[in-house]
Amino acid sequence: MKELIDRLKTSYTVEDYIQQRSDLAHITVSKETAVDFISHLQRVEGYKHLVILTAVDWIEDGKFQLTYLLNNPEMKNDINVKVFIERENATMESIHHLWEQARTYQRELKEMFGIDFPGSPGVDKPFILEGWHDLPPYRRDFDTKKYSEETYFPRPGREKNDPATYMKQKLYPNE
Amino acid sequence: MSKLFSIKEDRSLYPEKNVEGKIDVDLSSHKYLKMWHGPQHPGITGNMSLEITLLGDEVMDCETHVGYLHRGFEKLMERRKYIQCFPLVCRVAVPEPDFNEYCFAAAMEELAGIEVPETAQWLRTLVLEMGRLSSYLMWIGGQSGAFGQGIVGQWSNYMRDSILDRFEELTGGRIYHMYIIPGGVRGLLPDGFKDRMEENLKFIESMMKDIDRVMFNNAVFKKRSVGMGIIEKEWVTKFGITGPNARSTGIPMDVRKDYPYLMYPKLDFEPVTAQYSDIYNRADVRRRDLLMSVDLIRQIMAKMPEKGEIRAETPNVLHWKVPAGQTYKRAECTRGEYGYFMVSDGSEYPRRINVRGPSYTHAVALLEKMIINCNLSDIAGLMVSLHTYPPEIER
Repeated sequence: MKELIDRLKTSYTVEDYIQQRSDLAHITVSKETAVDFISHLQRVEGYKHLVILTAVDWIEDGKFQLTYLLNNPEMKNDINVKVFIERENATMESIHHLWEQARTYQRELKEMFGIDFPGSPGVDKPFILEGWHDLPPYRRDFDTKKYSEETYFPRPGREKNDPATYMKQKLYPNE
Repeated sequence: MSKLFSIKEDRSLYPEKNVEGKIDVDLSSHKYLKMWHGPQHPGITGNMSLEITLLGDEVMDCETHVGYLHRGFEKLMERRKYIQCFPLVCRVAVPEPDFNEYCFAAAMEELAGIEVPETAQWLRTLVLEMGRLSSYLMWIGGQSGAFGQGIVGQWSNYMRDSILDRFEELTGGRIYHMYIIPGGVRGLLPDGFKDRMEENLKFIESMMKDIDRVMFNNAVFKKRSVGMGIIEKEWVTKFGITGPNARSTGIPMDVRKDYPYLMYPKLDFEPVTAQYSDIYNRADVRRRDLLMSVDLIRQIMAKMPEKGEIRAETPNVLHWKVPAGQTYKRAECTRGEYGYFMVSDGSEYPRRINVRGPSYTHAVALLEKMIINCNLSDIAGLMVSLHTYPPEIER
């Protein structure tokens, strides 16, 4: 895969190349060249299968990492194309014209992370969470515990125990 | 009866599609009917629903609605230590939880640099194949039931129960097993397990002959499934189709062969394919895959060592800090490529887990395309033929 990365480096700025396994490499490209780079991989290099499109929230750096995991069915290897975008007003160019299923992924990312993909069909329609008005729930700053404590009432008569102290009392009551 | 609802081939009065490929539906014209198929329809493989627009009994437009089973697994895992995620991951897919356990454990092991002992790898392979067999047995009932053959579902449930008995014997659980753990598996085969398994396999083989006669050679089943719901070969990469849905178009793609994992390189098998992908051929590919799974279980039981190490040395799981990194691990489940994308930031908690369920592509983009011009009574059969499973979509 190193030859491929070297070849790609001649026309694109490819950073942070990590060979995770013999059949999986991670690379980072800039937001501006990402879609062009991905369509080059699809059309020229044979990375025809979009395995996943997902995001990772690096809240401490104020960035979202978009992961386009592309698979080459002939060479039997994968490239994880990482694109870092700003967390504030996160937007990214859409890839729905390259793969039909990309619109579903982008719709989900809009809902769960608040990353916008202008032009992607149906991207504003709710996918999983209908009638959700809170912070996009998969962001790191969304506190699921706080949300559930505020939204749902505690069930009466339910006792809570700290597992460590409870087991200690049960097993070693005299200590 | 108006001409519009006749069954003749004249389509001149049918509505034209707009630039987005959709029709403009004017419900007040009384030509169309909006209808919900699901979430409680018996022909649906789980809780999802289709909002369909009908003209007569023909589907003009469809939108998939998911979210009825959303429990936020991926988010919940970020709040739990790695070992605490194990009771969660298996619940992503009810018919075959073992693929989730394997992919999660394998991703962890890769990041932490742990080598799994050979006996444990054989046992993992065995459990995955048993999971495949039980999932196919669940599917075959759904597929035949969707075309009105309830009896096959009753037989296949009985067969599946016999495999669940073996699961219970080996792992303690019938549906969710939590048998594959980081570093290995939880136990060796009990005494006499292989004999009892062989008995089950013989029974399944004999029953499959009956199912072959009743279902696959049945005129009604053939008439309703041959030539129906065709997947074009070009769609495979365009829509991200994997598994039997892709193999039935003639492409021999199988993760077990293409990206060998566990002990599959030591087993003798070839991916099952068909010439073109209609409901009948997809069903036939799954039937042959099911029988191959029976064969693979026999091969595994013959080749695997009786005793040996089943767990590698791991850190204390309650204080295990997995080294920072990112990886993707995949396995072939009955519906296609199953994968886990894992990101670790070096802490005790996973930074991000993303589950790639094959239904994500099959049930939304692909189904919405295939269902157009399908007859109302064939929707259930078409859905089951894609073998979709909603919890994978919403995780």
